[in-house]
Amino acid sequence: MKKKIIALPLLLMAGLMPCSLLLAAEETAVSEIIASIDTVWVLIAAFLVFFMQAGFAMVEAGFTRAKNAGNIIMKNLMDFSAGSLVYWMIGFAIMFGTDRAGLFGTTGFMVTDSFEHLELSIPIWAFLIFQTVFAATAATIVSGAMAERTKFTSYLIYSIIITAIIYPVVGHWIWGGGWLTEKGMIDFAGSTVVHSVGGWAALIGAYLLGPRIGKYNKDGKPNAIPGHNITLGALGVFILWFGWFGFNPGSTLSGADPDIALIAVTTNLAAAAGAFATMIISWIKYKKPDVSLTLNGALAGLVAITAGCASVSATGAVIIGLGAGVVVVFSVEIIDKALKIDDPVGAISVHGVCGAYGTAAVGLLAVDGGLFYGGGSSLLVTQLTGIASVFVWTSLTAFILFNVIKATIGLRVNSEEEVIGLDIGEHGMEAYSGFAMKIPVV
Amino acid sequence: MKKIECIIRPTKLDEVNSALSEYGIQGMTVTQVMGCGLQKGRREVYRGTTYDIHLLPKIKIEIVAPDKCVDDIIKIIRDNARSGEIGDGKIFVYPIENAIRIRTGEQGETAI
Repeated sequence: MKKKIIALPLLLMAGLMPCSLLLAAEETAVSEIIASIDTVWVLIAAFLVFFMQAGFAMVEAGFTRAKNAGNIIMKNLMDFSAGSLVYWMIGFAIMFGTDRAGLFGTTGFMVTDSFEHLELSIPIWAFLIFQTVFAATAATIVSGAMAERTKFTSYLIYSIIITAIIYPVVGHWIWGGGWLTEKGMIDFAGSTVVHSVGGWAALIGAYLLGPRIGKYNKDGKPNAIPGHNITLGALGVFILWFGWFGFNPGSTLSGADPDIALIAVTTNLAAAAGAFATMIISWIKYKKPDVSLTLNGALAGLVAITAGCASVSATGAVIIGLGAGVVVVFSVEIIDKALKIDDPVGAISVHGVCGAYGTAAVGLLAVDGGLFYGGGSSLLVTQLTGIASVFVWTSLTAFILFNVIKATIGLRVNSEEEVIGLDIGEHGMEAYSGFAMKIPVV
Repeated sequence: MKKIECIIRPTKLDEVNSALSEYGIQGMTVTQVMGCGLQKGRREVYRGTTYDIHLLPKIKIEIVAPDKCVDDIIKIIRDNARSGEIGDGKIFVYPIENAIRIRTGEQGETAI
């Protein structure tokens, strides 16, 4: 009997010890599983955003003329290819390296660092590929605004510089621990970091390039130069919409984060609201609902919600999307008719203007800290500060870059080549070989 | 009545069109065509292989006009479609037997 009384507690203790070890082991296993879920999610999101390159290529090709389609494809292909290489070598380090003065990173070129200071739950390579596809998105925005008349070499140089320096500096300010991160600026997936950077560079590029031949009459009135394939353009918009489900929800960097569901919804509602609003506005203004403008409207909504997709409610997302759908119509008209800047695909309006609008809207509609929710104006002020400083940095650097290119190798193709088409002029081939009747009368 | 058919560079269409309109010619038929002449074609390279394009895109305009206008029209076309380089195109003049307006049934010069 005595042996049993001593034995029982001994047995219990012997049983409990492995139990606590088991519990600790279980916790580690769970956190490892979460890290795996995070990694897989970030990768899937990155692959969706990669697919947006096809979206941009199709939108740009569809909204421009057939004789330049091959050149559009080449620019988009290189935005991603040269961009991936340059971002890996230089851009990523500037964006996420150890901070210097709140302005740029200085360590980890060619990703040879551990980047411990980022405190990531996922491998650095998953983070790298995720950030690479974002960088490539910013670069390719400009391709549309400068379409149909830019020298390919000049474009290539611009693309490398924006992905190596201009974009990463902005990314560092807002995401990489720079001065705007410190101020608490909210740009969750990059309305400003990605889209406005692309948009403002597009503005400067298109302005310095000048309009396409035949775009403006001698009296300054603009002529329409219709896109050659609106169905391709629509395919592009749907691909971009699809890719945005990686762009926004992926920016949680965590698949275990339940917010990814709400973010998917805010993203979708803003896109839908944008398309709907643009359809209505174009219907009223131009007597018939305009297909290509409405397609732009969906994109405008998507760009606008990108900053606040994790901070606003579903209702807030609809409001932001509706606003973007309205803004984009007027912006396109002002840029075309008043500023007389030829933007074949509306990139400046969709990405620059709506990116800024969406970023500012967070200051109003963020559930936590927005002006309309009683949070005062401090967030709004921060947002506006960010918008303005990114505008200044991007415009200035783009202005210098494009002017240097213009003064050295030239920015624009000669008029003979512009008329015969860049496919033949820049690449010695035709995207639509065998299609005899593809030269329009402009 | 004569039919004036001209083959011109696509880039010259707008100018020729406006000039003819100013002169008073309202009706014309415009076709996109491929053709060759003294202007040789073009060399292209596809995946490492060179090939020659022999036919180049041009625009054909057909106008039917009263005899007395023919010389003026030819002058307008030449003035506006000419660039001085090989490949400017050609003008051909054909006699027309009759012209009928489908809507009203008018015939002859009042129909053009």
